[in-house]
Amino acid sequence: MTHKTTLIDRRDADPDPISIDAEAVNSKAARALYKKRTPIYPKISGGAFRTLKWGAMIVLLAIYYLTPWIRWDRGAGAPNQAVLVDFEGRRFYFFFIELWPQEVYFITGLLIAAAVGIFLSSALFGRVWCGYACPQTVWTDLYIHVERWIEGDRNARMRLDKAPLSMDKARKKVTKHFLWIVIAALTGGAWVFYFGDAPTLMREIFTGQAAVTIYLFIAILTFTTYALAGTMREQVCTYLCPWPRIQAAMTDKHAFNVTYKVARGEPRGAHKKGASWDGRGDCIDCRQCVAVCPQGIDIRDGDQLECINCALCIDACDAVMEKVGRPKGLIAYDSYENVDRAKCGEAPVYRFVRPRTILYAVVLAIVSVAMLVGLMNRTTLSLDAMRDRSPPFVRLSDGSIRNGYMVRIINKEPRERMLELQVAGLPDARISAMATNATPDGALVVHARPDDVTSMRIYVVSAEATAQSNDIRFVLHEPETRTTTERHAIFMAGGPR
Amino acid sequence: MTTPEKHGVDEFTGTSTTGHEWDGIRELDTPLPRWWLYIFYATIVVAAVYWVLMPAWPMLNSYTPGILGFSDRANVAAELQTLQAARKPSFDRLTAASYDEIVADPQLAEFARAAGETTFADNCATCHGAGGAGAPGYPSLADDVWLWGGTLGDIEHTLRVGIRSTHDDTRLSIMPAYGRDGLMSTRDIGDVTEYVLTLSTARDREKPVPAAAARGAAIYQQQCVSCHGATGAGDRAFGAPSLTDDVWLYGGSRAEVRRQIELGRGGVMPAWETRLDPAVIRALSVYVYGLGGGEKEPVAIIEPAPAAPAIP
Repeated sequence: MTHKTTLIDRRDADPDPISIDAEAVNSKAARALYKKRTPIYPKISGGAFRTLKWGAMIVLLAIYYLTPWIRWDRGAGAPNQAVLVDFEGRRFYFFFIELWPQEVYFITGLLIAAAVGIFLSSALFGRVWCGYACPQTVWTDLYIHVERWIEGDRNARMRLDKAPLSMDKARKKVTKHFLWIVIAALTGGAWVFYFGDAPTLMREIFTGQAAVTIYLFIAILTFTTYALAGTMREQVCTYLCPWPRIQAAMTDKHAFNVTYKVARGEPRGAHKKGASWDGRGDCIDCRQCVAVCPQGIDIRDGDQLECINCALCIDACDAVMEKVGRPKGLIAYDSYENVDRAKCGEAPVYRFVRPRTILYAVVLAIVSVAMLVGLMNRTTLSLDAMRDRSPPFVRLSDGSIRNGYMVRIINKEPRERMLELQVAGLPDARISAMATNATPDGALVVHARPDDVTSMRIYVVSAEATAQSNDIRFVLHEPETRTTTERHAIFMAGGPR
Repeated sequence: MTTPEKHGVDEFTGTSTTGHEWDGIRELDTPLPRWWLYIFYATIVVAAVYWVLMPAWPMLNSYTPGILGFSDRANVAAELQTLQAARKPSFDRLTAASYDEIVADPQLAEFARAAGETTFADNCATCHGAGGAGAPGYPSLADDVWLWGGTLGDIEHTLRVGIRSTHDDTRLSIMPAYGRDGLMSTRDIGDVTEYVLTLSTARDREKPVPAAAARGAAIYQQQCVSCHGATGAGDRAFGAPSLTDDVWLYGGSRAEVRRQIELGRGGVMPAWETRLDPAVIRALSVYVYGLGGGEKEPVAIIEPAPAAPAIP
């Protein structure tokens, strides 16, 4: 390939200490369908974006590992874990929010908001999710750091892999994989804490008393973490993840991406100290951007789906530009529109407000507001009434009509509630239950169990209902809080007699 | 896999060939993706291990059981046992509780209803219909008419001993077949029919003939009054239905009433004591009681609210 030739020529001409022999092994040209994966040895880089990635990694890992340990007092009888998916109790707890299974639409809303949020971030700043926040990126980054800590930086790792097996090599390899598996096990271990009381579960796991499924899930997630972050790495982004393909539809030429400023950089070539910069580009072809890339690509090849926009090449290039005394930003966040405009000598344009971004922002706002309104107006008391299907109605000995209903009173508060159930819509309708008679004013007194569904059979009798199908309402009133909730139902009668 | 040196490389695709050639067309040796191949090998290994561990191969009279001794049948039996053990405390409570306690405890009543529902669907719905809707000859259990009493105790007793069953203490009543056995003339039967219709709220619909009804009244006083009572209110001691309402076991039209006087039909309900567990009968009683609200002791279905119109 031409790069290789250039590389050798340059080395012969100028043994520049900042140049590095790095090949973009995962670039489109280097890839083949049945080729074995060529290992990538990302070099450590330093700079603003590396610092940002450190920060993001620490914050995100802390959120993941520590969240299950946050306590939140909900009173007696309720779990005191701030974030808990309680499958057995069929509840989802998130700090002050408690959701029932039938309120799973809040989760749906959250997922829609997350999806539209990632669309919006893609349209504005390209793949910031991939570069900083995706678990695959975060854990791979962590694994590469462990690898670097044990085996040394790029060159040392390449030497080690080429070296014949020795005690030292074996020790390093074993230590690395051991640490990887420990991290993987901690990752899988932290996951299960979201589904049970963390301190209890921790004790059970270490005393061997936890359920088989717990160990199974830890094992599965240990395996996936180890495999995805340790051994598969960039292959997950290149081959497994659908997002690189989807995001192409969500972004456009105006989105900010990690870009190589072709107009400024080309023609590239080795540069001797003190030589003139006239008639050539700023790129000295030192290949540092390739050496630091965890995805094994060359950013100078332009937009490519392998690029996760982690911006580590920006740091690498800026450091080199500083050394050779040229302005920073040869590789920088910019839009592909501006890269093209620069080629024609046009001034850059910045268009953050575009139909696409407006649409995503509006949808995001609508979903968020709908969720918020839904959450704020969420009732802790609701009522279901299912009419008996067989028999549809019963004619009593006095000629009146009776319908049977299965009434379910859903009390989402952790206290027993004294409620009055009445029927409205038919003037002479009377309500009764198997165990309770109505009070003189025609209401049934119901004690709704705390944080539970109370089911009861209700009978409604009417002598005056003449239509075949009559609309009635069940009215549930709580005298203590003066709250009322209603449920529409049908009262069937045989029609006019 | 063959090496390119062996059979040559196809010049258009750059892929090695297998060396097979038909009419000048050579077959490309496209290798399987590695991951696919490894998973394929892994599944073969898994299958071999599975044959050893789990039931796998059918034999002439049985099958290879596998060394883990896995059996779905045994698992189901064990799960059923666990389920029964889990339900036992509730069933014990149900058996020990008095009728009043059951009705007053919504949770216990709900458990019994749920347990009784399945039993009802399996054993009773065939005749009484889903939800106890009833059918001609099979009384509705969802209304407020109880031939043998509608309290929990009455219902449970009826369930245990049955009606006209083989049980020693069976609920028993026989209505004579006045027509078939020649106990009444055809004309008398017609007259009694008219009278019975006058007693019932069906009179508005059937419009009995007054003269015939007057003749029938005298016959009624001789033949029917001992069971159905002077006013036709019926008597639960004999399971004699009330003739004053418009709820009929064999239909309330003139022809249907007449036919019942002629044939004196009476259905049979088996005694469930010998077939079902006492706790299950108790649960079934609560379910049947709950279908229409049963009768509280003393008989009162709903205490009418003052504002509501009085029951005629």
